[in-house]
Amino acid sequence: MNRTLTDALLVAAGGAAGSLARWWVTLVLPAGPGWSWATFAVNASGALLLGLLLEALTRPGPELRGAHNARMLLGTGLLGGFTTYSTFALELWERVRSGASAAAFGDAVLMLIAGLAAAAAGLAVGAWLRERRRGTPTAGAAR
Amino acid sequence: MIAAVAVALGGAVGAVLRFLVDRGITARWAPTFPAATLLINITGSFVLGVVTGLSAVLGPVWTLALGTGLCGGYTTFSTAMVDAVRLAREQRAGAAVVSVLGTVLWSLLAVAAGLTLGSHWAS
Repeated sequence: MNRTLTDALLVAAGGAAGSLARWWVTLVLPAGPGWSWATFAVNASGALLLGLLLEALTRPGPELRGAHNARMLLGTGLLGGFTTYSTFALELWERVRSGASAAAFGDAVLMLIAGLAAAAAGLAVGAWLRERRRGTPTAGAAR
Repeated sequence: MIAAVAVALGGAVGAVLRFLVDRGITARWAPTFPAATLLINITGSFVLGVVTGLSAVLGPVWTLALGTGLCGGYTTFSTAMVDAVRLAREQRAGAAVVSVLGTVLWSLLAVAAGLTLGSHWAS
């Protein structure tokens, strides 16, 4: 089958599952009038898992087929669909519009710092898993 | 049940659109800056604003399909964060800051513009 079509099907399946999971989180953690735990939870956990996945799949040389398929299904599809920027932006704007601009600024800073820290932690854990599986010491390993 | 199908279908279409836009931009311009993700998040925020403004006209199922599904699946927070951390680790802290702050500010403006337009169309 055509590579782009296979990729698109993997991304579609992952995106459907990721979006369903995100929707389920919003049902379990309903948004109050201000801060949304659902958006925070999906975005922070998704950033952590994407960092972990992408780093764990990284190899020197051309990407292996299995790693490519996993990146399409789980990375671009599942975690890309699970996390959302548009809802984050919408919730921030609703805070601004209700007159709570300072709270919106605090929410944005908290979400972005948590997201960056989660991604960095995921990348670090992914690199550690990759080196451990390869059986080489982490120190001095080729990036 | 119909709500879950709406979210899943919207999410599948949104994720494939993101994949195609990202691949198209990366193939054509090979940017050293994560411009595709920036563009995806800004345009997706704009569309979510329009969908939210039109939600009374669209009804709950279409709002779920287009808002939670399509826009949620199209935009991505995780890729934006991982790209920014990787830029910072490549000693490109300036580009990382521009991508993080640029995405949040432009997405905020885009969702506000979309919401204004959608509400205007709905009335």
